[in-house]
Amino acid sequence: MRNNFSRALQTTIIFLVMGGVIALALGGYFSSASNVFTGSLVNLQTWLSSRFIAVQEFLTAPRDVASLRQRNAELEAEVSELQAQVIQLQQRVGETEILAALVDFSRANPDNTYKAAEVIGRDPSPFLHYVIINRGSNDGILRGMPVVTDQGLVGRVDAVIADAARVQLITDPASNVNVRLENAQTDASLVGSVTGDLELELIPQETNVEAGDLVLTSGLGGGYPPDLIVGQVVNIRARDFDLFQQATVQPVVDFNRLQIILVIVNFTPVDIGPLFPTP
Amino acid sequence: MRDLLAIPVIFLAVVLQSSIVSRIPLLSGNADLPLVILAAWALQEGVDTAWHWAILAGLMIGFVSGIPMLVPLATYLLVVIMARLLQRRVWQAPLLAMFGITFIGTLILHIFSLGALRLNGTALPIVETLGLLTLPSILLNMLLAVPVYAVMRDLAHWMYPTPEFE
Repeated sequence: MRNNFSRALQTTIIFLVMGGVIALALGGYFSSASNVFTGSLVNLQTWLSSRFIAVQEFLTAPRDVASLRQRNAELEAEVSELQAQVIQLQQRVGETEILAALVDFSRANPDNTYKAAEVIGRDPSPFLHYVIINRGSNDGILRGMPVVTDQGLVGRVDAVIADAARVQLITDPASNVNVRLENAQTDASLVGSVTGDLELELIPQETNVEAGDLVLTSGLGGGYPPDLIVGQVVNIRARDFDLFQQATVQPVVDFNRLQIILVIVNFTPVDIGPLFPTP
Repeated sequence: MRDLLAIPVIFLAVVLQSSIVSRIPLLSGNADLPLVILAAWALQEGVDTAWHWAILAGLMIGFVSGIPMLVPLATYLLVVIMARLLQRRVWQAPLLAMFGITFIGTLILHIFSLGALRLNGTALPIVETLGLLTLPSILLNMLLAVPVYAVMRDLAHWMYPTPEFE
């Protein structure tokens, strides 16, 4: 009985002491001691953790580099493929814009029948201003047919084979187009040059020509249909001792950037050569 | 086999000339890839097919171009003649011979072209043509001469292996 009492007393005292210690700890009275303890623990854990991570990286890093390199190569290949797709799509957008403009042009000029063709080359000789197109006699293209874009006159078909044709541009030195000046109501002759500049010749001296005047095909001679836009007068050279005035024309078509053109397939050029007397 | 090699090489040269080289002008002139290739090929030691190449190139350029066929044909044959003559005389300085042939060949081509156009009724101003077409074309051909010569030399060594290269 007495032993039981002393044992219960001991237990109670122990609980009271423990409770007191906990209460003192919660009250912050053991903070310095606990800081030393927890600090040591944290330092030890940090040291162990860093060593573990170092060992883990050492063991796993080569595998990660290899996989990263593989992934990098895959992504680079994908980027290259996407860049190629972007370039292709940009080209298609450009072609679509050109074709849309050509469709608008053909709708605005329903009298003519057109055949679209792509410019696939230029004449190897720098003396000649010709382009090669990917349509030929199989597509109904014939020699002499006029060639235009949505902007204006390009030239006419000079030679044809089954699947291709050669087009003489109006800038060619041998090209000669009969035109009229819209404002001045007069006819003239438009000739090309070796540099690709367009010169307007045979303008009567009494005609009042001004810069900005629109130049259109006249249809005379039967080589081209009338009223196709050619360009604008840039400057005029009128000298008293000359029989005719001359003018420089800025073409509406950019001949360096020709991509897709329209051949007017329902126009039959008239050969007026036999009308001229032969010596 | 050696004769047949001319067909793909000249065909490729004419296609490249029409589709790419002609679209890279300097002023109004442009390079003449078939002419430079012919000059480089004819200057190679042991090559005996340069005549076939010249005739084929002349016919193909004459077919593609609006210039009379006789102009490229005669020019390319003259280029081969000059190259064969020079190859024997200045064999120690092949690049010098290459530049010389390119220069003279371009000049001949342009003189023939001017003449042919004049006969056809298109008289071009000579001074303007010289400044805007001929001189830029010569410069471009000179620029092409070195890389084309290197390529044709490798091709010649492949087709005509000599003991020191085997």
